[in-house]
Amino acid sequence: MKSDFSSRAHDALNNPQLRRNFRRAMDGLMSKRAVQFADQDDWAALRARGAAIKARALARLPDLLEEFERKATANGIVVHWAETTADANSIVLDILTAHGAKRVIKGKSMVSEEMHLNAHLEAHGITAVESDLGEYIIQLAGEAPSHIVMPCIHKNKGEIAQLFTDNIAGQPYTEDVDALTAAARKVLRREFANADAGLSGANFLVAETGSLVLIENEGNGRLSTTLPPLHIAVTGIEKLVEKLDDVAPLLALLPRSATGQPITTYVNMITSPRKEGEKDGPRQVHLVLLDNGRSRVYADLQLRDTLRCIRCGACMNHCPVYARVGGHTYGSVYPGPIGKILTPQLAGLDCAGDLPHASTLCNACVEVCPVQIPIADILVRLRTEAAQPSHAPGVKGAGSNTSMVENAVWKGWQAMNSSPAAYAAATRSLAVIGNLIPAAAPLLKQWTSVRSKPKFAGRTLHQLARDKGYENE
Amino acid sequence: MSNARAAILARLRAAPKGTVPDLPYWMPPVFADRLDRFRIMLEAVHGEVHVIAADQWRQHLRLILSSKNVGRVMAPPDLAVDWPDIVAYDRPVEELKDQLVDGIDAAITNACGAIAETGTVVLRPDADQPRLMSLLPPIHMVLLKLSDIADNMAGLMAAQDWAGTMPTNLLLISGPSKTADIEQTLAYGVHGPKELIVLVLQ
Repeated sequence: MKSDFSSRAHDALNNPQLRRNFRRAMDGLMSKRAVQFADQDDWAALRARGAAIKARALARLPDLLEEFERKATANGIVVHWAETTADANSIVLDILTAHGAKRVIKGKSMVSEEMHLNAHLEAHGITAVESDLGEYIIQLAGEAPSHIVMPCIHKNKGEIAQLFTDNIAGQPYTEDVDALTAAARKVLRREFANADAGLSGANFLVAETGSLVLIENEGNGRLSTTLPPLHIAVTGIEKLVEKLDDVAPLLALLPRSATGQPITTYVNMITSPRKEGEKDGPRQVHLVLLDNGRSRVYADLQLRDTLRCIRCGACMNHCPVYARVGGHTYGSVYPGPIGKILTPQLAGLDCAGDLPHASTLCNACVEVCPVQIPIADILVRLRTEAAQPSHAPGVKGAGSNTSMVENAVWKGWQAMNSSPAAYAAATRSLAVIGNLIPAAAPLLKQWTSVRSKPKFAGRTLHQLARDKGYENE
Repeated sequence: MSNARAAILARLRAAPKGTVPDLPYWMPPVFADRLDRFRIMLEAVHGEVHVIAADQWRQHLRLILSSKNVGRVMAPPDLAVDWPDIVAYDRPVEELKDQLVDGIDAAITNACGAIAETGTVVLRPDADQPRLMSLLPPIHMVLLKLSDIADNMAGLMAAQDWAGTMPTNLLLISGPSKTADIEQTLAYGVHGPKELIVLVLQ
């Protein structure tokens, strides 16, 4: 599927309700985050620590994955490996089928979105109910998340009130947030109680102890991983950290960057299924480790930094493009700046090559990234890779956007700027005929479609300088 | 899917070795008055903090439960909570599910520690105080010893050797269940407790 950011962006920019919803939300998130990191020295020290923890874990990733698997297996967690999302879906379906599971309750998981797991389960007769309030709302609406932390940020309470009235039996129309929340609690309590299995993601995997660390505010993540008899977690292979100690600074970064909270309401560390004598918790815990292109990204040392991401969403909250077009415009599971570098690498530049261009390179994302991912540098790298066949193994679809015309134009540009005589000839002739070239001329047309064609001066800068008495060096 | 495992690990091992950066210096904050910080942070997220003498918590607990019109209370027998309608989590969840999901007004558990920096209580659920006690009833009451409040998470992890003693489930709780998914408006008790009440015993 070729993405078409530009036409979707056009629609989004002309939707005033959507723009109001996002502007309001992004302003709130930015100011809350700023309060949390008011001390610049503390922020600098903490993020340097966070970046180093993730970089160190990535440098030792294969060893840590094996150590994690050994520890988790010894604790009684069943670890699965999946090359592709299709493989991951089959693994999850097989586990559910083996348990005769028909109803699944889900905690929020972006990797499960990446897998399009709900649709896969639905196609095989298994109902998956989202239990995070935001995810529940967009599931009712039949939509995808528009933000990785706040999935229904694009909706206002009027739209949500109508959805609830239409979908929940006996629910009167109300825009009262407490009443809407209580209605969802009631419906989802039953779903939790009746679920055959719970599904979740994981924020961190700790190699030292074989533990899964999950953070959340609602308690639905805890319920999904505690109440049903079976728990399946799906996550990417890049979520490893070496030591439990590493979790403390990362937790000091993630919620503060994401929503401006000092910490989430719940930090849920899961190390084993229910043990003998314990009275609750799932009897089986499975973890599916998904690659889906991550090991290819890993092979390139510059692009590898993409895998440091802890999915806080601060980059999108601060992105002038994201705030104006919203998450759905990106047409991919991961929107915003991190999506602009992650999606083309996972799906390929041939599928999502326009995303690295959906940026002004203003660097706001880089300034707030808690693990110092050089997003702007990677955007530029991916633009280059799209235009030139690459020798780097990490870039899928490199060279897919090569254009003979563009290459020829750049060759000509290079030749003109390498020779004083050619430069003088070109600028002088443009001074004479430049204003006669119509804006709709071939080659020029694309550029002038969104910009005014500049007026050429009658005399070149060199000529003017010489008139003032400056000699050519 | 052992082929997938071998293939993924082989690709990761074939990749160039990056440099392993040193861990830069970072020191989590400490507080002159840990209880004060703990209280400020927990109250800021809608938690309640009561500081009481260690030998008077049962009377105090009764007062709180009465003031909130609580009916049925779940508490482990060894805490000897004095309340007319009390149940214990003495069977596997499968046999208690209906009552747990819908029939209990408040549950009482211990905390094994707390973090002043973030206003967090730490629970190690076990056979006597299972995981769902702090999750399903609308009110969760926590008994915490004043001396168990640490400055920060890193310090508490080290002092209690979490890495060497990880239970099935280790929980950090900072306030009642909440959401801001609807127009960033805070609402409490979306899935877990609506109220978190911490009794700090001194």
